[in-house]
Amino acid sequence: MRIIAALLSGLVFGFGLALSGMLNPVRVLGFLDLAGAWDPSLAFVLAGAVVVSAGGYLVSRRLARPALAPTFDIPASRRIDLRLIGGAALFGIGWGMAGFCPGPAIASLSLGYGKSVLFVAAMLVGMAAFRFMPAAPRARHA
Amino acid sequence: MNSLAPYWPSLAGGALIGLSATLLLLLLGRVAGISGIAGNLLRRPDEDWGWRAAFVLGLIGGPLLFLLLFGHPPALEIASSLPMLVIAGLLVGFGTRLGAGCTSGHGVCGLARLSPRSMAAVAVFMFTAIVTVFIRNHLV
Repeated sequence: MRIIAALLSGLVFGFGLALSGMLNPVRVLGFLDLAGAWDPSLAFVLAGAVVVSAGGYLVSRRLARPALAPTFDIPASRRIDLRLIGGAALFGIGWGMAGFCPGPAIASLSLGYGKSVLFVAAMLVGMAAFRFMPAAPRARHA
Repeated sequence: MNSLAPYWPSLAGGALIGLSATLLLLLLGRVAGISGIAGNLLRRPDEDWGWRAAFVLGLIGGPLLFLLLFGHPPALEIASSLPMLVIAGLLVGFGTRLGAGCTSGHGVCGLARLSPRSMAAVAVFMFTAIVTVFIRNHLV
């Protein structure tokens, strides 16, 4: 059941991305180019996603546990540190260079573009390289 | 509101992304952060490996469902050169793991919870992305 639920959730996510137009890096870059012919689409996508997701989150707070798992596993950290800021900054630079973030890049693999495959391969290498980073100080001493 | 007409698919697509995050949260109790789900697939398989792999398979299937329903694939245009794509991919992969999230985990799920960490991350990655695009489109 958990596998089917995750498959369905992923499918809805990928279809939503395709419908929203945000699979297309050119549209994403159009949003990020404030000084050019600005395309506000991404703001509508984010607004729709955040509002519905907030509703889901409020429902989850009234539930003792999720339907198919023993507990809710939601990030609880409130710490804003150099790793968070540095990581977000690097991600933003890459996002601005290609117009791809992880979701659309992975979803676009099914459309058969060599460039998508190249980007996702490089992204996976970047993710794997992160494992060579020393652990965060607090986690290491925990 | 005729002027808003072109944005309905974006709003509806966004709402579906929110629905997906809600499904994952209410059924599996997990946050729909793509970089975390994909990144953890690279580790030694544990009891979470199966649902993560299933989610990624579904994600890849999404554009095919679009093709099935509308009779044409979603538009996709990748303008960046190959070396640019490689550097961008490395930065996106490393940065999202270091910063513990991307547009979905921090952007969609984190903002929906009003997480201060996610608000900071979104402000930073939007800023560096906008600056990068500005440099590329208007200065270089």
